[in-house]
Amino acid sequence: MSVIITDNLTKRFPRVTALDRLTVDVQPGVVGLVGANGAGKSTLIKILLGLAPATEGTARVLGLDVATEGGAIRERVGYMPEHDCLPPDVSATEFVVHMARMSGLPASAARERTADTLRHVGLYEERYRPIGGYSTGMKQRVKLAQALVHDPQLVLLDEPTNGLDPVGRDDMLGLIRRVHAEFGISVLVTSHLLGELERTCDHVVVIDGGKLLRSSSTADFTQATQVLAVEVTDRQSDPSFDADQALLERLGADGLTAKADGGRVLLVEIKGDETYDLIRDAVADLGVGLVRMEQRRHHISEVFSYDQAEAEAEESAHV
Amino acid sequence: MSDTAQQPPTAPRADVIHDIGYRHYEGPRLGRSYATRSLYTLSLRGSFGLGRSVKSKILPMALLAVICLPALIIVAVTVYTKLSKYPDTASYPNYLSIMQFVIAVFVAAQAPVALSRDLRFMTLPLYFSRPLTSRDYVQAKFGAMASAVFVLTGLPMLIMWIGSMLASMDFGYNLEHFGYGLVAAAFYSLLYAGIGLVISSVTPRRGFGVAAIIAVLLISEAVAGIIYAVLDVHGHSSGAGWALVISPSSLVATTVDWLFGLSGRGNIHVPSDLGGFVFLAEILLVAAASYGLLVRRYRKI
Repeated sequence: MSVIITDNLTKRFPRVTALDRLTVDVQPGVVGLVGANGAGKSTLIKILLGLAPATEGTARVLGLDVATEGGAIRERVGYMPEHDCLPPDVSATEFVVHMARMSGLPASAARERTADTLRHVGLYEERYRPIGGYSTGMKQRVKLAQALVHDPQLVLLDEPTNGLDPVGRDDMLGLIRRVHAEFGISVLVTSHLLGELERTCDHVVVIDGGKLLRSSSTADFTQATQVLAVEVTDRQSDPSFDADQALLERLGADGLTAKADGGRVLLVEIKGDETYDLIRDAVADLGVGLVRMEQRRHHISEVFSYDQAEAEAEESAHV
Repeated sequence: MSDTAQQPPTAPRADVIHDIGYRHYEGPRLGRSYATRSLYTLSLRGSFGLGRSVKSKILPMALLAVICLPALIIVAVTVYTKLSKYPDTASYPNYLSIMQFVIAVFVAAQAPVALSRDLRFMTLPLYFSRPLTSRDYVQAKFGAMASAVFVLTGLPMLIMWIGSMLASMDFGYNLEHFGYGLVAAAFYSLLYAGIGLVISSVTPRRGFGVAAIIAVLLISEAVAGIIYAVLDVHGHSSGAGWALVISPSSLVATTVDWLFGLSGRGNIHVPSDLGGFVFLAEILLVAAASYGLLVRRYRKI
């Protein structure tokens, strides 16, 4: 069963069209919603929660109509907003218990669920301290906990990795993965970074200017674009040796697809974990130094450059 | 997957964390009206600092003591001097008009606590992403604030009434005037809670809310008093009463006196029967308008 279905969903404000005939069908799992700031992500979430009416078109969440069954949707859905929303002078426990009761849980169940949920998001002894003293990462966990405390069937997470450092980001993404894999709760997560979502999500929906740009499973994305950027030094003993060319040939012989990036960077398509080993061995055998080897992060702008994909998406959005 | 994780609880020690996996919630979901009632209860307790830090208990509890203490003293003196009834100028409704500044300070201090925290820390989207609607939120907050003022104003009168029975004063007379006092308390509750909450709802800054409410409640009082005095001195004593339309506490006091034919305090009273109707209508209208404004204010969040 589809978790979210929108059909020609349009939202116009007096001066701007936030959503333009958006048609998507989101299946259970972790779904990423990617778009630049102002692409219409938050507007879509508001409509899905039944808090703002759509100008045209329809949307159903968990099979319920957003226009008429908003209350029932909000009972079954959790929401984590992008902005700060935590009072600094109460503890995480007090706050999440309060929010659980606001979701309709009896007082004793609210306390029990709060203890469970805070433990699942990784808050232990610190949950009794006032939230004001928490790090950004801990605050994001509290925000996630309040969205999960009533055991929803779907959570809407608006930019959950905002403001986190790389480690915090990875922790949060891992947690989001667990929300589906272990808790069995479907997730819609927004971000303006495609790179971090494609590692976490089963399916990615890209919107821009309120229009659907692309909707595909992450496998499709990675197949087309997952590459490693490799940069090596020249051989110290023999400056005339063209290390890049030699590495290209060697990797070609190993059965990898590699090409030069124009500069000193080689782009190597990732076939699997063994790709890393092959590159390492090739670099070692050639006796050159490895400056860097990193998975290239895709930015939303790359998707915009796929003119064809855009045209196709446009078409499918009208169907 | 998660079902297999359900193990019987085995009296866990406090320092051991058992990973029993994620458990789904199968219990009841009590819905909107329960959530609204919970918010009401929590907000009402919060108005007196209950369930909050010690620091936030100090002021409301001190004010509760300040408004009850004179009532206790009146009871004690009346019993000691063996009077047959409380002095008119300080009994039930009149007692509240003497203590009106305490009510004003309480509302000024606690109405911003009820609303501005949620505005300032942007917690409202969390409420409204739940079954609770903005109307439920306003209903709970308005109800809680009005109830808090009713507790504050009702308690000293309850003390006086209990005192009157212990001292075997006239039961009927005291019950009757306690009733009048409760009507006055209800008027204070609706009017002050309404004014206080409307002002609080427009500012996320608590300090600003406190100052604005104090200004509106106490300065309007002072201005009305001055206009009244000036007109009275110049011989317009009947017209002078109309000055009270801008004074919340005089409005309540004179309306209650007029409704029940009480002598009131001093010579301050409604300008005429017409004035009585106008005053009564004004109290109810201001309360209703405040509620309406709050609903409007929160609809767009």
